[in-house]
Amino acid sequence: MNDLDAEDRLRFEQLVLPHVDAAFNLARWLLRRREDAEEVAQEALLRACRFFRGFHGGDARAWLLQIVRNTSYSWLEKNRPRELMVEFDEELHPQPTATPESIAIADEDRERLCRALECLPPRFREILVLRELEGCSYKEIAAITTIPIGTVMSSLSRARRQLCSALTSSCHKETIREV
Amino acid sequence: MRCDFADSLLQGYFDHELSAASAAEFERHLQYCVQCPLELVDMDLLSERLQFAQLYESAPNSLRKKIRANLRQVAATTAMSQPLLWHWLAAAAALLLLAIAGWRVNSVVRTDDYQAELAEEIVDAHVLSLQSGHLTGISSNDEQAVKAWFKRRLTFALPARDFANEGFALQGGRLDIVEERSVAVLVYARAGHLINVFIWPTRERDTSPRVGSRQGYQWVDWRKGRIEFCAVSDAPTSDLQQLQRLFTN
Repeated sequence: MNDLDAEDRLRFEQLVLPHVDAAFNLARWLLRRREDAEEVAQEALLRACRFFRGFHGGDARAWLLQIVRNTSYSWLEKNRPRELMVEFDEELHPQPTATPESIAIADEDRERLCRALECLPPRFREILVLRELEGCSYKEIAAITTIPIGTVMSSLSRARRQLCSALTSSCHKETIREV
Repeated sequence: MRCDFADSLLQGYFDHELSAASAAEFERHLQYCVQCPLELVDMDLLSERLQFAQLYESAPNSLRKKIRANLRQVAATTAMSQPLLWHWLAAAAALLLLAIAGWRVNSVVRTDDYQAELAEEIVDAHVLSLQSGHLTGISSNDEQAVKAWFKRRLTFALPARDFANEGFALQGGRLDIVEERSVAVLVYARAGHLINVFIWPTRERDTSPRVGSRQGYQWVDWRKGRIEFCAVSDAPTSDLQQLQRLFTN
């Protein structure tokens, strides 16, 4: 563990800790499991803490999310490398089971959206999560994912279209492929 | 047929990311395009649906607790190396000596982080390759032959190059295992020393070379163009750095 003096620690608490929710949310959608997201978010925060001296002001959320993203991908590479290679796999994404009728319509829709989102390739999923759930600007998304703004726009376009078609066709292999 | 603007301006317009001028220009386009207004409606519906479903998942309390605990640990480690505490420790000379010894060992462990762990594995792999005599899966000084051999086995383009004119003669290559994944290795001969260059794809950005040594072996590690390189040898570090420059140029 690198040295972090009292002043740094305070700065870390003020700048970085408010974004723990954002960190967890991104990890959750990249890894698709809450338990794994918790593990990875914790690791990412530790890393952020270790390298906090390297952070010189700027957007703390984007900085933290970048670390969360890299940590998530390296975790996936180690633990579920197949997910990064295949864009969509029936075995990884079992077809939704019938929802009991007792569940409210809103819950049902949430479930359907969850599955549709989880069916998208990670690169598209993350960009939708950053934009639609985290409310990041294009500039922030570009900083977090290290892709040019033009690519952010075209990826968003494809991700949105894919999500739409995943919602209408309940995730068939043909529709989910990266075009 | 989709409109040409669908993948660019349309998104920016929807997300309020266009400059006033571009937005005005796009609005003119909207007046005669049949598809863009429809897509805007779809995007709006989707976005509303996503918001309504409350997909955002906040961090559980257990995670917050763990992070707090981690932070306290960090602070505790730091407090030990604060000068004031050393003064306090000086009151008990015996304790001080113990503490220094402990701190020394500890500081070595602490500075060795991921990099050193990786270097340790790579040095081990290097030593093992020398002991077992399993140096090359393909023995050749022909760049093209080595490239072709790797091409069938790797998912990334390996920069196999011979630097015989500069004093680093390509001997061949092999696949090896580091940190439980397979990596490519290029083998060079340099004035009686063998150099193994371990190569694997990375997502990290380029870094300038970092050097270190372990059990009498030197290593130089760098990243370039989404590829990480780690050269290991009992040759002097300056040789490895020269090889690194040849690779990067």
